[in-house]
Amino acid sequence: MGREIVIPFGPQHPVLPEPIHLDLVLEDEMVKEAIPSIGYIHRGLEKLVEKRDFKNYVYIAERICGICSFIHSVSYCQGIENIMEITIPDRAAYLRVIWSEYSRLHSHLLWLGLFADAMGFENLFMTAWRLREHMLNDMEETTGGRVIQGSCKVGGVRCDISNDKLASMSAGLTAIEPELSEMAGVFLEDETIDMRTRGVGVLSKDSAWDLGAVGPVARGSGIALDARMTGYGAYEHLDFSPVVISGGDCYARCRVRVEELFTSLDLIGQAITMMPDGDIEVPVRGNPSGEFFSRTEQPRGEVVHYIRGNGTKNLLRHRVRTPTTANIPGLVQMLAGCELANVPVIVLSIDPCIGCAER
Amino acid sequence: MSYLKKSPWILHYDASSCNGCDIEVLACLTPLYDVERFGIINTGNPKHADIFVITGGINEQSSVVVKNIYDQIPSPKVVVAVGICAATGGVFRECYNIKGGVNTTIPVDVYVPGCAARPESIIDGIVAALSILEEKRKAMKKGETPL
Ligand code: SF4
Repeated sequence: MGREIVIPFGPQHPVLPEPIHLDLVLEDEMVKEAIPSIGYIHRGLEKLVEKRDFKNYVYIAERICGICSFIHSVSYCQGIENIMEITIPDRAAYLRVIWSEYSRLHSHLLWLGLFADAMGFENLFMTAWRLREHMLNDMEETTGGRVIQGSCKVGGVRCDISNDKLASMSAGLTAIEPELSEMAGVFLEDETIDMRTRGVGVLSKDSAWDLGAVGPVARGSGIALDARMTGYGAYEHLDFSPVVISGGDCYARCRVRVEELFTSLDLIGQAITMMPDGDIEVPVRGNPSGEFFSRTEQPRGEVVHYIRGNGTKNLLRHRVRTPTTANIPGLVQMLAGCELANVPVIVLSIDPCIGCAER
Repeated sequence: MSYLKKSPWILHYDASSCNGCDIEVLACLTPLYDVERFGIINTGNPKHADIFVITGGINEQSSVVVKNIYDQIPSPKVVVAVGICAATGGVFRECYNIKGGVNTTIPVDVYVPGCAARPESIIDGIVAALSILEEKRKAMKKGETPL
């Protein structure tokens, strides 16, 4: 038996774009235990509901995280709309789907790039990020913002996309699909990536379920769990089935995200074809009184926004349960028993988003 | 850019940002914006860095880390605060855990505006930082101690 040592990992570390701290208890090269500690980017924004009007708070909700920004604003708005019994116009619901799926595309491409970088594939990192710029361009042309869109509001959306623009977006995505497939081929078939990821950081189906994993972590462990299946917004009209892969290792989680790129392309295509004409927002009068749990699917998994209002313009409580929070127990289990050199790949495989998790 | 004699390396740290500015900083390094053409490389090691790019406001826990990283970067060094959060605390300035902008903890040389800051403005900021870095280097040669 070797000597036990504790290695601090983070908060500032080359593979971590965001600060999280792990104390890795090692025995020789083997990680016996990983003890996470957080709080480096806690801002305390939930309490701002007491200072901001519930309509303005959408901007804050969007800035919970700059990667999953749009879907956070959708979740928040959906919660308020449910409390106030507002039905948003169909066109707005479809536009929300389009922007949500664009967010997912850009988030997954971002992650694929970082994942490649963690394994030393510099070129693949650049390829993924180059393709991601296509999504950001479309976002910017339609909303004005690359990563923070600000296009969602209580009662609908703030700006429309013309039907011509929709057609050209759809053509653009069709044109970029072969490039995405080529990149996907490298992630799924390259021998080196296979060796780095297969059988690494395994989370069994039962543990994933017991530990409450969500999103690609749950789906990579063979659990069909995707909040889009609940059919919120316009998803109920779209033909959608979640990507589920068994295996539970880093390869499976990577595969889920790669295949989801194509699901998102398909969903955007469907939404564009079925796009109804009409208004994009309804007027909102009064203040919310009541409570609601709003569930949506972020690129990283299911996010829950709890909203409680008492009939004044300031909410009483806004509480967010983010996918990364739900996936950290799973991560701790994946890390136990792995080799030190695999830690970066495993940590990245859950796609940690500390900005969301700590708010 | 003829004054640029060395390849400055950047170190990026997220003090408490929402990630919006972080991913834009990273986007600067990738093919479309490509700051590597100025000889800039993103490093993870403070001892290798010349430019400290920092996003997000300072909170109770991150101020120690920021100070620590800043002290580890060898002089001459410049600090670029990216985004309105890093400038003043931005949209989160009234949050209970935010102390304010980066200048509450370490001296800042360049502020990049925007929420999220656009890659173009980040590049502008970094290029502005390069000339400040060069001035500081000259000052050091003369035996002065720049901040
Ligand atoms: S300035 Fe805006 S985008 Fe940048 S970290 Fe702050 S809230 Fe996020």
